[in-house]
Amino acid sequence: METEKLIDALSADLRPAPAGQVSRGIIGVAVTGGLVALALVVWWLGLRADLMNAMHGPMLWIKASYAALLGLGGYLALERLSRPAGTGRVGVLLAGAILLVLLAAGTLQLMATAPGARMDLWMGNSARRCPVYILLLALPILAGTLLTLRRFAPTRLAMAGGAAGLFAGGVAATAYGLHCPETSVAFLATWYSLGVLLSTGLGAALGPWLLRWR
Amino acid sequence: MFLDVEPRLKALMLRAQAGDGVAWREVLTVLNGRLTTYFSRRLGADHVSEAEDLVQETLLAVHRRRMTYDVTQPFTAWAYAIARYKLIDFWRRRGVRRHVPLDDVAETLWVDVEPSGEINTDLDRLLGGLPAKQEQLVRGVRIEGLSLAEAGERLGMTEGAAKVSLHRALKALMAKVGPRGD
Repeated sequence: METEKLIDALSADLRPAPAGQVSRGIIGVAVTGGLVALALVVWWLGLRADLMNAMHGPMLWIKASYAALLGLGGYLALERLSRPAGTGRVGVLLAGAILLVLLAAGTLQLMATAPGARMDLWMGNSARRCPVYILLLALPILAGTLLTLRRFAPTRLAMAGGAAGLFAGGVAATAYGLHCPETSVAFLATWYSLGVLLSTGLGAALGPWLLRWR
Repeated sequence: MFLDVEPRLKALMLRAQAGDGVAWREVLTVLNGRLTTYFSRRLGADHVSEAEDLVQETLLAVHRRRMTYDVTQPFTAWAYAIARYKLIDFWRRRGVRRHVPLDDVAETLWVDVEPSGEINTDLDRLLGGLPAKQEQLVRGVRIEGLSLAEAGERLGMTEGAAKVSLHRALKALMAKVGPRGD
């Protein structure tokens, strides 16, 4: 019978399938994609002029931590969703929780600010550009992530694509923080989040198209 | 009931992940039987002949993507998710939009259907209408989960003859019951 021949062929000369291939694959993309995003920030957008000073203040680190935690949520979700039957719940909950914390902190900051100064605090100087740049920086990482994902076996394709977008957006936003001179939490909570959400949405839309496997 | 199927397959899978071809052969053989039953039940009369192709495709996918199995998770759930994905993909490629139910607790790839008394009676009546050999074949392959070769051997038939006979039997059954989408 054909199927039995197939089974014979598949089990002859079986190569070991060591654990950790999935996480190694995704971390590989994170490192390469992170370097690409970093290179784009340095040579295309330019590092913020006051980077050295900013490193002594908290805001640069808050921005970096927020973006990196979103990326971590994406990574955790992706590591599960790359596998059949994986749900990625932990990662999604982490990203959701961290987003809520930032939204609450941003709202508090706005409320503590004089009404006349709120708009400037919220919009900063780059509210329009910020989400677009984050999305652009995320694109190569998203492409690499989706490509890697095709080697695995996601069965929830839109979810897996969305997790890839969240992951790529988080890594991109972390790198973008080296360019962006904005200093308010309200700005971070709105425009960084929007950039990462755009990337997440794009990934979720592409997932069912690009992640099909046979 | 295969109460021990999970620990048994998981142990085999662990050995296979380490490169043990004998263990892998056993995993694939068990899956072959299960997948044949699972796909045949769900494909319906028009596509039942394609079940074997789908089984082979699924075994190939299981083989190529075996590194996505995480040892902290149940093996049966992993394999079932692949089977269900392949079934959805099968309908999609044929342009059929069909809902494939996610059987949450009862992972139907693994649960042996133990027909209740009432169902048994219906089944007996239905299968009783077939010639004896065909009835034996249907029971062997579709209910007990034997391979075609095994069921054929019981009846002293070649595998090819068993396949043809089973196909005729299923056609006759389907004609009796009428088309049914699930």
